[in-house]
Amino acid sequence: MTRLVAIALVVLVATALRAADVEPAFDDPALNARYWGLIREIRCPLCMNESIADSGAPVAADLRREVHRLLAEGKSDDEVKEFMSSRYGDFVLYRPRVAPVTYALWASPFILLVVGSLVFWRILRNRSKQPLGEDEAS
Amino acid sequence: MWRYAIPLVLLAVIAAFFYRGLALNPSYVPSALIGKPMPEFALPTVTDAEAKLGSRDIAGKVALLNVWGTWCVECRHEHAFLLKLAKTGMPIYGLNLRDERPAALDWLASLGNPYVASAFDPDGTVAVDWGVTAAPETFLIGRDGKILFKHISPLTQQVWQRAFVPLIKAQCGAPDPGCPQLAALGAQ
Amino acid sequence: MIPEVGQFALILAFCLALIQAVLPIVGAARGRAEWMALARPAAAGQFVFIAIAFGALEYAFLNDDFSVLFVAQHSNSALPIFYKFTAAWGGHEGSMLFWITVLAIWTLAVAAGSRSQPEEFASRVLGVLGIVSCGILAFALFTSNPFIRLTPAPADGNDLNPLLQDPGMIIHPPMLYVGYVGMAVPFAFAVAALFTGRLDKNWAKWTRPWTIAAWMFLTCGITLGSWWSYYELGWGGWWFWDPVENSSFMPWLVATALLHSLAVTERRGIFKSWTVLLAIAAFSLSLLGTFLTRSGVLVSVHAFAADPTRGLFILGLLAVFSGGPLLLYALRAGSLEAEGGFKLLSREAFLLANNILLVIAAGAVLFGTLYPLIIDSLGLGKISVGTPWFDAMFLVPMLPLAVLLGVGMHSIWKTMSGTPLIQRLIWPAGIALALGVTLPLLAYGKASALTAIATVIALWVCAAALLEPLRWWVLRRGAPLTRAQLGMCFAHFGVGVFILGATFVSAYTVETEVSARGGDRFQVGGYDILFRGVKPVESANFTAEEGEFELRKGGRLVTVLASQQRVYRVQQTPTTEAAIDSRLGRDVFIALSKPLGDNAWSVRIQVKPLIRFLWLGPLLMAIGGLLAISDRRYRLAARESAATRAVAAAGTT
Repeated sequence: MTRLVAIALVVLVATALRAADVEPAFDDPALNARYWGLIREIRCPLCMNESIADSGAPVAADLRREVHRLLAEGKSDDEVKEFMSSRYGDFVLYRPRVAPVTYALWASPFILLVVGSLVFWRILRNRSKQPLGEDEAS
Repeated sequence: MWRYAIPLVLLAVIAAFFYRGLALNPSYVPSALIGKPMPEFALPTVTDAEAKLGSRDIAGKVALLNVWGTWCVECRHEHAFLLKLAKTGMPIYGLNLRDERPAALDWLASLGNPYVASAFDPDGTVAVDWGVTAAPETFLIGRDGKILFKHISPLTQQVWQRAFVPLIKAQCGAPDPGCPQLAALGAQ
Repeated sequence: MIPEVGQFALILAFCLALIQAVLPIVGAARGRAEWMALARPAAAGQFVFIAIAFGALEYAFLNDDFSVLFVAQHSNSALPIFYKFTAAWGGHEGSMLFWITVLAIWTLAVAAGSRSQPEEFASRVLGVLGIVSCGILAFALFTSNPFIRLTPAPADGNDLNPLLQDPGMIIHPPMLYVGYVGMAVPFAFAVAALFTGRLDKNWAKWTRPWTIAAWMFLTCGITLGSWWSYYELGWGGWWFWDPVENSSFMPWLVATALLHSLAVTERRGIFKSWTVLLAIAAFSLSLLGTFLTRSGVLVSVHAFAADPTRGLFILGLLAVFSGGPLLLYALRAGSLEAEGGFKLLSREAFLLANNILLVIAAGAVLFGTLYPLIIDSLGLGKISVGTPWFDAMFLVPMLPLAVLLGVGMHSIWKTMSGTPLIQRLIWPAGIALALGVTLPLLAYGKASALTAIATVIALWVCAAALLEPLRWWVLRRGAPLTRAQLGMCFAHFGVGVFILGATFVSAYTVETEVSARGGDRFQVGGYDILFRGVKPVESANFTAEEGEFELRKGGRLVTVLASQQRVYRVQQTPTTEAAIDSRLGRDVFIALSKPLGDNAWSVRIQVKPLIRFLWLGPLLMAIGGLLAISDRRYRLAARESAATRAVAAAGTT
């Protein structure tokens, strides 16, 4: 009989603990902003391209809870992301690491801009040398 | 002028990557823990809340860690195979994820218990340390305590033969108390 | 019976498409008038049969014919009739049929509207459209047939995905499809020109209205998608740089470059190879998008069910429809070059910069979207490229573009000196700088450097765009604006409005997630929110828990909002319906997320300033496009060609 009561109590307590499954948002606006920024940058490892902020999957809820815990412990944003990527791989980082494998990615817009500027100057130089032609009606 | 061929070349390169991409699975994410020591943990067991199961208990031998839950439909599909494996002497430890003790005990009682012991992880904290996304997932742990392999989805005979056995054989050249009986495995 | 009729109609349409694809083009090359004359009737016939096929599919849906596999997968007898209609494009096979239908409508329009063009040209254009039609029809018939039967027929269907059971479903996909399938029209014009190797200002004049029309629909389609995902998906976001979203955005960027490039070709007869390349690229990117969303090569919530066989077929289509014209381009573009000089600050120079920057933007988006696939193919691991990268990198070409936009509008053709430009623009620039820096600070008390810069640029674009209209209407100085010029001002003003909205939403959104019980009060972003509690709600095909929220500001009641957590009976998936109070200045977004047990609910609350500008801006752009198409010169041209036809008809009777 005592065993049954004990089990019942365990179940009750467990359910009550479950009710506190989602931690309240941080009161400190700066921490709150960091929390939201981080959970948007971490990818749900299971879902079809969603951040852990947007996903309803249980693993996403677990990861949000971990982010909350780490921020409450005073970890930096980079430490939180390191925690996640050391367990789930770089796949869960929506902001790709700046590493040899992503140098091309991060450099590409700037390289494109440089190439584009060169193209622009070359074409402009050629065209400035050409005759302007007669005036035409609109 | 050759520069007019650039768009065509670009298309060819992109198409080549697409062709290669059709054979890949973009949702499959391999474990980030392969080759690393298993995460340290110590949790109460499912069967006995007083007893503990932790990484220290698993270390020192080739073993499996199987993530399961009563809510997991697919876990039932691999349960029979796990029981068979356990009978050959392969140590299988369980990580019971996001579950409730009574339901878990019920499950083990009615379907059989292949586990040496099962750790009780109701809020998934330890599962996160192992990089678990869902159940069923099975980890192969080496003698040195490093994670050799992770398999997502139910464990079957084919997967066991194809992926796990070669890795175990590589670790276990000669008979060793830390190794499961290879003959029994080979017969599987 | 009806589904078989539909299937047969598709086969007949394919045959007609073959005729339309082959004979007019060969006829144009050989000067055989009777073959060229087949183009329009073939297009018309194709349209009739495709309409029959689409009608047959809708018939199956509206009559709950679950013996048709596609209907069984995407419908249910309890589904409201409105959604049974829209479910026709709620899955891969049906949406491909829809793609085909839209292409047939565009082809018919081109057939009707091309009478003022020389017959050899018009028949080539229709021929190219016929080739595209053949390819897509073949794809549908061989890999994606919506009329496949399911035996034995189930008693009921799987129901439409709850996320798609929303009024947005009636308008977003159709608009989007009309837009990016419509890119096939300038594509056809470009390829037709490459066949002959000749391209002149008339070609640009004919191509431009079609391009603007397709671009308008694409603008609306993308904007509707953003707005729809904002209110339907329940997390308050409006753009995720998801591969499927990018698939529609890349053609848009290139199409924008195209319509500007066409302006130069029409005016000066130069930039011909740019324009042709952009026209080919816009449609190629549409096809690429079709590939990405249906092949399973990239992961997305929006993607259709993945199937590598289909992927292979579309890849083949891409190789033919994109590779073919690009090969032709490589061989023939050199001969398109024409003389025509211009100087540094001329309008042509600005439009050249515009072309280049938009192509860079599209290229960056493409590279970022494909990068995970590239890295995976090379065996270098699995990485993700998401919003943080795209948001940052997109600014690299776009901020300079926005700055140049304001100046380029006021430049003139061929040559422009700096002094009059500076004199004209100094006031708008000054106002933009002053307001842009002070407004965010006054409104929110803080502004990052990027926020200030972006606000200045947004206001700069708005001011520069309004300069001419204001001068005419208010000061009565300068010349009256034509519709085309007014359209340009509207569209560019829309760009500024959009940038302003995007800046403020990104920088100043206040959000939180709370655990709420009935009677709890929260303070978010200056608003007081009282959670009244939940009550159960029943509907035809779902049950829900509805939470009521009172929204107050400064003690005064603003409104009462209701957010639901729905569970659809058939698929048993919980979905959130957010409650949104929209004003021009801000949205208050409240979403009842999930039950936490013990009568507590997780509630997400966001206050999003200027979010309506995100959709108002593109709406203004689309209106600008509409104004441009309705310009006198197109109406005159239409009247002229009608008159010519009347004279010709009178002459032959």
